[in-house]
Amino acid sequence: MDLFLPESGLIIWMLIAFLIVFVILAKVGWPMIMNAVDKRNQHIIDSLKAAQEANEALAGVEEKRKEVMAETQAEQIRIMKESQELKNQIMEEAKAQARAEAEKIVADARLRIEKEQAEAMSQVKNEVVALSVSIAEKLLQRELGDKKSQSDYIDQLLKNNNQHIEA
Amino acid sequence: MNNVFKHIRHILAAVLLMFMVPAMAQDSISEMPEAAEPALAETIAEKEAPAEEGEKFDAKSFIFGHTGDSYCFHITEIKGKPVCVWLPVIVKSKEQGWCVFSSKHVCELKDGETYNNFFIEPMTSDFKPGKLVEINSAGEVVRPFDISFTKNAFGIFLVCIFLLAFFLPAAAKYKKDPMAPPTRYQGMVEWLTYMVLDGIVKPSIHGDKYKKFAPYLLTVFFFIFFSNIFGLIPFFPFSANVTGNLSITVVLALLTYFFVNVFGNKHYWKDILWPDVPIFLKAFPLMPIIELISTITKPFALMVRLFANILAGHIIIMVLMGLIFILGGMYGTGVGAGVSIISIFMSVFMTALELLVAYIQAYVFTMLSSLFIGLAQEEPKEA
Repeated sequence: MDLFLPESGLIIWMLIAFLIVFVILAKVGWPMIMNAVDKRNQHIIDSLKAAQEANEALAGVEEKRKEVMAETQAEQIRIMKESQELKNQIMEEAKAQARAEAEKIVADARLRIEKEQAEAMSQVKNEVVALSVSIAEKLLQRELGDKKSQSDYIDQLLKNNNQHIEA
Repeated sequence: MNNVFKHIRHILAAVLLMFMVPAMAQDSISEMPEAAEPALAETIAEKEAPAEEGEKFDAKSFIFGHTGDSYCFHITEIKGKPVCVWLPVIVKSKEQGWCVFSSKHVCELKDGETYNNFFIEPMTSDFKPGKLVEINSAGEVVRPFDISFTKNAFGIFLVCIFLLAFFLPAAAKYKKDPMAPPTRYQGMVEWLTYMVLDGIVKPSIHGDKYKKFAPYLLTVFFFIFFSNIFGLIPFFPFSANVTGNLSITVVLALLTYFFVNVFGNKHYWKDILWPDVPIFLKAFPLMPIIELISTITKPFALMVRLFANILAGHIIIMVLMGLIFILGGMYGTGVGAGVSIISIFMSVFMTALELLVAYIQAYVFTMLSSLFIGLAQEEPKEA
């Protein structure tokens, strides 16, 4: 049948039109698209690689940061410990010093008290001695009549003396 | 489980939609059979009446007139008068030399009339039906050398211009700034291009060699694909049955033959002319002859496959449409209107199927072309 026979005219038109389109697209069509897409693919691959590397570098930095952090923390703890120790030591020292001081004060005080006591005692002694002497003097000046009047007199003297002391 | 239900819902929706479309078509048809069908019938009656009285609707010329080539681009018919785009007729006859004239002169001729001794053979004729012929001085009907710009040539140029207009702006944009983020249009072009490159070309042609053949394969794919699609659009300036014409597929097949054999490497040619078979098979060149024939049969199969698939699709749609008029002519307008419901339902289905075929045939042609090219590029394997 006619349908199954190629037409020379149509073949010529087809050949011309198709070859023109093919040549134009092969020169300025497909290669541009393919090159651009290839270029972009390469760019994406490169970018991904760069990002990967940057990530790895960043991970290193992170590690270092952690290390430094740990170090500082250790340092901090050490310093804290040291200062605590120092504080304790100072406190101990201060306590010891204070104790020593207190002891010294107490000792001083005691010493002074003792001294004053001794002084007082000696004063009392002197007083007693003086009193005794004056009493004895008075006793001696007075004639000693009887025992009773003697003791009364002594009492009186003592009383006077006491009043004297109290005054 | 949830996913499965979702899918079932989608499928149900799709099926319902499939029934809705023909249903709507039916509605619009059944609303106006009284108005439209008699008018159509009258047109046919008017057209048929002067030719031969009582002659039925001529299905053969209807179908092959629409699927075949033609000197004018028939758009429609108003009150029995054809509305056409007249295309130029370019012929070289042995007696008159080159003649160029509008196809209006020969398309509107009545039986027995001629224009400068040229006329178009009717579709019922035995000798070159539907083609321009000449009556020479001896009174014989001869066929002149004919390179008329026919409907199919118009279709070819339309597809070619479309291809250039579709792909070149994208290419220009890519050339201007290859690293710019692609626009939507570029994305579409890129997707189409790489659908062919990654899906067809690269798996068939190994290594970097694909770049050498990609332009041809891409051009072939999109030429066939858009020709097929344009052929399915039933109005001017589309509807030319480009890929369903042997002249076009023969050119495409020849180009594939050219690319396979001219760029075939040494190994390919050695396999054809001196294959690894016992010496008595190639001394008397039995195997080389078989191999040489096989290089021809491959593109021949490509040619026939594309042509037959597309032509068959178009013929089926035309037959379904013609059925309305055939049965309407035989049993009256009412039957024709009734049949039209079924016909339109079937046509919708066939057109949807043809859309699939349009892609598949472009895919298959390109796929096999790149396979043949790839095989001719294969290097011998190290044993």
